[in-house]
Amino acid sequence: MLNIFCYSIAAWVLLIGLYGVVTSRNLIHLVLCLSVMETSTYVLLTLIGYRVGGTAPVFADIPVGTKAVDPVVQALMLTDVVVEATVMALLLALAVQAHKRTGSLDPHDLRALQG
Amino acid sequence: MWIIPLTVVLPLLGAAALAVAGSITPRRWGDAVALLMAALCCGFCLYLCRASAGHELTYWFGGWRPRHFPTTGLVPTHLQAIGIAFDVDPIGAALAALGSLLVCAAVLFGWSYFDSVGVQFQVLLLAFLAATCGFCLTGDLFNLFVFFELMSVSAFALCGYKVEEKGPLQGAMNFAVTNTAGAVFILTGIALIYARTGALNMAQVGAQLRANLAVQPRPGALVLAAFALIACGFAVKAAVVPFHFWLADAHAVAPTPICILFSGVMVELGLYGIVRVYWSCFADALTPERQRLRSLLLGAAVLTALLGALMAWLQSHLKRLLAFSTISHMGLMLMGVALLTPRGLAATALYVLGHGAVKGSLFLGAGIVLHRLRGVDVARLHGRGRPLVWTGAVFALGGLALAGLPPFATATGDDQLSHALNQLHLGGLWLVSLIAAAVTGGAVLRSYLRLFWGFGKPSPAAAHQEKEEPETKPGRIPAVMFAPYAGLLLLGIALTFWPGLPEGALHAAQQFTSSASYRTQLLRQSPPLPQPLSTPGPQEPWRGVLSAGLALALATLSVRFSSLRGRDWGRPFHRLHSGHVGDYVSWLVLGVGVFAGLLLWLPH
Amino acid sequence: MNARARLLVFALGALLLGGAYMAALSQLAPLGRGASAYADILNRVCVRERHITDVVTAVNFDYRGFDTLGEEFIMFTAVMGAVLLLRRGKDEVQAPQEDELTSRRGRRRSDAVALAGVVFTAVLLLFGSYVITHGQLTPGGGFQGGVIASTALWLVYLSGSYKVMRQVGPKPLVEAAEALGAAGYALVGLIGLFQGAAFLQNTLPPGSIGSPFSGGTVPLIDIAVGLEVSGGFVLLLLTFMEEVLEIRLH
Repeated sequence: MLNIFCYSIAAWVLLIGLYGVVTSRNLIHLVLCLSVMETSTYVLLTLIGYRVGGTAPVFADIPVGTKAVDPVVQALMLTDVVVEATVMALLLALAVQAHKRTGSLDPHDLRALQG
Repeated sequence: MWIIPLTVVLPLLGAAALAVAGSITPRRWGDAVALLMAALCCGFCLYLCRASAGHELTYWFGGWRPRHFPTTGLVPTHLQAIGIAFDVDPIGAALAALGSLLVCAAVLFGWSYFDSVGVQFQVLLLAFLAATCGFCLTGDLFNLFVFFELMSVSAFALCGYKVEEKGPLQGAMNFAVTNTAGAVFILTGIALIYARTGALNMAQVGAQLRANLAVQPRPGALVLAAFALIACGFAVKAAVVPFHFWLADAHAVAPTPICILFSGVMVELGLYGIVRVYWSCFADALTPERQRLRSLLLGAAVLTALLGALMAWLQSHLKRLLAFSTISHMGLMLMGVALLTPRGLAATALYVLGHGAVKGSLFLGAGIVLHRLRGVDVARLHGRGRPLVWTGAVFALGGLALAGLPPFATATGDDQLSHALNQLHLGGLWLVSLIAAAVTGGAVLRSYLRLFWGFGKPSPAAAHQEKEEPETKPGRIPAVMFAPYAGLLLLGIALTFWPGLPEGALHAAQQFTSSASYRTQLLRQSPPLPQPLSTPGPQEPWRGVLSAGLALALATLSVRFSSLRGRDWGRPFHRLHSGHVGDYVSWLVLGVGVFAGLLLWLPH
Repeated sequence: MNARARLLVFALGALLLGGAYMAALSQLAPLGRGASAYADILNRVCVRERHITDVVTAVNFDYRGFDTLGEEFIMFTAVMGAVLLLRRGKDEVQAPQEDELTSRRGRRRSDAVALAGVVFTAVLLLFGSYVITHGQLTPGGGFQGGVIASTALWLVYLSGSYKVMRQVGPKPLVEAAEALGAAGYALVGLIGLFQGAAFLQNTLPPGSIGSPFSGGTVPLIDIAVGLEVSGGFVLLLLTFMEEVLEIRLH
């Protein structure tokens, strides 16, 4: 029961982020909601890599062979964090420009294209 | 095979070098470097396409070949891949070559295009090029995601290039938000698959999933949901209905050279992602569900083809029209893929080549119109294209090519698609392809008649009175703009006469879909089974002539009877494509939910 | 669609998506009991094979170093993209002015803040370099260290002024540093290729375990990435600040 509860955090964060993106009335808020949504992958990866009783996979002062958590998912997550941060930078740049040109951050007002 | 890494590393180094030199480099140098890199990559990929026919070429980065390890309980495979592999096969290499070629065309067309531009534009183009090559050649699930993101990031920025206008900002924003959401789904799927298999190499994932079949004959919810998430994530890029909304916005506002990259190769790469992941990882595990998957994908394909065609028909904005026609043609390409047979895949591969050339040419035509007439809205420019005789002629030919008239390569793809459909007794679906080709071609031809001949009554008030910023100084059309425009169309014809192309495509598709031989290459599991090579179906020119004739008839009729253009009855569809990013994401969620739900819970 | 219809579509989709996702999650191995041959192998052989004690760094920069090359270039591309998007448009003018954000204008910085800024700028640079160069031994590396180092310049702005920040970090220099860092990774990869091995093959001597010069090419890559990341973050800051403070619509 505890298992599925922990895992379900990933699903919850994903959906709540998506909800934010869908209902957002402010582009900066929207970008942050997107980042919340991406956080769900970190949660999922961390949980997948967890090993009961495992330490961090750094064998600087512990002997090799000590039970450690999965280093691969951590590496994937590190990559993902960087990717996410950079996409945020781009989106925020767009939001800044949109605010400058339209005076509004509401995606509702940023509708030059339709139909 | 030192060439294989260079397809990615050279453009990346070129991009970095341009950025270092930065402000002190004259702009021409940037163009020259980008052109050189794209040409080199194109050459490399064509070489790889030939060299990998019959057996994949595998390249292990860092020299980390799979090695034997003492088994650790769970692992029945002999070898464990611990590094990242590039795994080159003719289909991937050909797609990368097409991408490189289109980058060449984009650089050429942009040569005299932007008045003042820093090197960032070329830097981003080179990053896009590297991402295209990497995405097509990689054999690792997570590496696939990395190159997917590299491609997305460069594409987002290129799309918003014209920051002075509202449209590009909106288009880039919608594009970036929806595609980032798609990427999250992909990564979630990859994480789930990693949790199940403990592997990221696609061949190893496939082997592991197949080994799991011995324990559990049907794929469980985890495998199904992971596939659904990955497929839907890539389908966002591939603009499959209902994930397609961003495409029209992004394509309508991106600078013209970028449009040809978006329509000609980027969207197809999304489809390639689905195909690659399916055949390399999931094909064996999903065999019990193949029929259901086929129906689902075919349904999406039909919907995409028809809705895209309808929306293209309703447009008067030239670039937006072409964008929706891309959606429609993506539906046809998905149809070939959805059959989950080598023949279907081969048909799609041929179609992608033909469509890439023709659609690239059409977008460049729209670019020239924008260059000369300072707008791309047909309703506003009615008849003002009369002086541009040659531009118009090429544009009309492009419209006919889009409708699948032989000898354009789109006709070959269409023929092969109908053969592939017949093989599964789904020949009736060819009608969808006929409608899509005829309506999109008809919409282009109608614009041609109205814009370049001034036929029909000019519209009283244009629906989209949006001001389009000219991208260039006015003046006569420079040769560097016209050459890629006509050249791409000629390529569309040349592909038809390329000796052995349909056979080559079919054999490549057989190689691509035989997951067993693929794994043999990587993990030396068992000797590859020799396969009888099939021969492609015959060319049937009547199909293309029929759809081109229909397209012409539709164009003429709609010029004559303006109510056919659907200003009134098209309104609900216009309203559906609201331009609001929240709407797009909610449709996206619904699409993923429905696809995953049907895959998981639809009773047999 | 109006807000209600949008929410309805979303709710339906979220219900299905959430259900499917939960169904998948419920089939995962119990928490903490998962197994991955990949991870077990790396945990076992990494230190012996590569003389790198931080396995995550070894995965990032050696075993799966090619991913990280792509990742580094994603960052590089995104920064270039932000520079492109925030450039001065045709309808804008650049007024080289020294005014600060409205909330800061006219306020004198206290000496204590300035002093703390100077001290901590040095500390941050030092700590950043430490993290960058010790990635193969302890958690850290080019990405983490680069971010830390880049905050030094942010501190210059916070404790000093925009003008000082521009003087300390001139844009062309930062741009060049970022691109050099990005190129550096790819060039390190070419070392292996030129020696007849594979691209990104770690052909340099691995050094002794626990020494800062262990891990072959990994410290070099860490330095390249550190340069790229710190340059990239500083460039982002400069670009956004310039957009907000200097570039005005006509």
